[in-house]
Amino acid sequence: MLVGRQSWRFNMKPVILSSASVGGPFEAQSPLSGDFDIFYDDLWLGQDSYEKAEVKLLEHACKKALEKAGLQPDDINFLLSGDLDNQITSSSFAARGLRIPYLGLFGACSTSMEGLAIGSRLMDSGGANYVIAATASHNAAAEKQFRYPTEYGAQKPPTAQWTVTGAGAVVLGKEGDGPRVVSATIGKVVDMGISDPFNMGAAMAPAAVDTIETHLNEMNLDSDYYDLIATGDLGFTGYNIAKELFAKKGIKLKDNLYTDCGILIYGNNPRVFSGASGCACSAVVTYGHFLNRMRRGELKRILIAATGALMSPMSYQQKETIPCIAHAVSIEHIQ
Amino acid sequence: MPKKKKRTPLQKDYQIMAKSKEPKRKVLLNATRAFLFGGLICTFAQFLQFIFIRYFGFEESQAGNPATAVLIILAALFTGLGVFDHIAQWAGAGTAVPITGFANSITSAAIEHRSEGYVLGVGGNMFKIAGPVIVFGTFSAFVVALIKLVIQAIGG
Repeated sequence: MLVGRQSWRFNMKPVILSSASVGGPFEAQSPLSGDFDIFYDDLWLGQDSYEKAEVKLLEHACKKALEKAGLQPDDINFLLSGDLDNQITSSSFAARGLRIPYLGLFGACSTSMEGLAIGSRLMDSGGANYVIAATASHNAAAEKQFRYPTEYGAQKPPTAQWTVTGAGAVVLGKEGDGPRVVSATIGKVVDMGISDPFNMGAAMAPAAVDTIETHLNEMNLDSDYYDLIATGDLGFTGYNIAKELFAKKGIKLKDNLYTDCGILIYGNNPRVFSGASGCACSAVVTYGHFLNRMRRGELKRILIAATGALMSPMSYQQKETIPCIAHAVSIEHIQ
Repeated sequence: MPKKKKRTPLQKDYQIMAKSKEPKRKVLLNATRAFLFGGLICTFAQFLQFIFIRYFGFEESQAGNPATAVLIILAALFTGLGVFDHIAQWAGAGTAVPITGFANSITSAAIEHRSEGYVLGVGGNMFKIAGPVIVFGTFSAFVVALIKLVIQAIGG
């Protein structure tokens, strides 16, 4: 049901039957490593290109989620997936292997929540019995496409972020045990004129704040309603900017309420500079860490605002600024 | 350079605020490291040059070439072993400015695009980063030569 201009409240509250997170060798050193299902000790995953490795990440995350839900690919009505590769090939190629009817999404790093929101909407309208929403990113494939070759010796600035190698998937069903998707807010594209691709946090923070503010307004909620509000991949820089923006807008956030997946996943590891980014960032942290905390009863209500920078290498070369978006999904544990 | 796009007052305010929250590049530290590491590379190259003169019978005017070649081979090797980018993150311009940076830009692009095959991948992308350096380097040499010729013609 539409609430306000851009939010949905899901009457049937789709159940997250299962979720899966997979990661690469660097993610295995994450402080959240206990919340991953599979780690690969090889960035190539036995493939002959990083792009093919990304397809495998996505396939394995989907298969693991299906296995945990006790379902077969044939049981699933729709797969909603997206990634950062040109023409979202990783998602389409994974869909080829999984043989699940597929809708490809592009929301850059906001894809995780875009998929979860649209999937829940499909479920809520009676358009599906089971939906799987997934996304993946691969550090080397993303660097290759958006920046420099991985072995190129350019000095990165302290605002740079590290693309997560991994994939996350969730299976939505009508009934069963598990956290439920309650509402979602679709974001507007916000561009504050930042054009430095090594400073995504600053570019994306305003979009995240805009979506979260809109969500609270349209749902008529106070931020205290949630036990946790997380942005997708703002990193340390973007997180600090977002906090300042919240304060300016008069949105009070109690201590330990607001966090960022891009900060949590690698902790203070200096190798990642300002934090993590990539489609998989919000996906693995949400579908692994946060959902596990909900299942353990530590969190009852969470709001995840996955943030995406909607630029391309071409738009950057043509000196365009970086348009950004954030989609927020509210997940609650309902007894 | 294209004209700076017009920013709205809202964007301007935001960028000032965002800037204040961003960690700054440590310019002095980076410059010091670049100076030290770049100097180290050049001293090593000078040492190589002496070796080539002393033990391999090179003339002083010629010994720079094999010394440069050794640096290129080493930079390519370290790139292939996956350590060059880590050294470069520390050394910054110290590794980028000498011939090592040029060798790394070509080797890294070649390795990166190996998965697209030898012709379209390696061949087509090897000079992706180094290409502009060659283009503008050659062009600048042409312009400088032209200026020299003109000055000579005038009788300078």
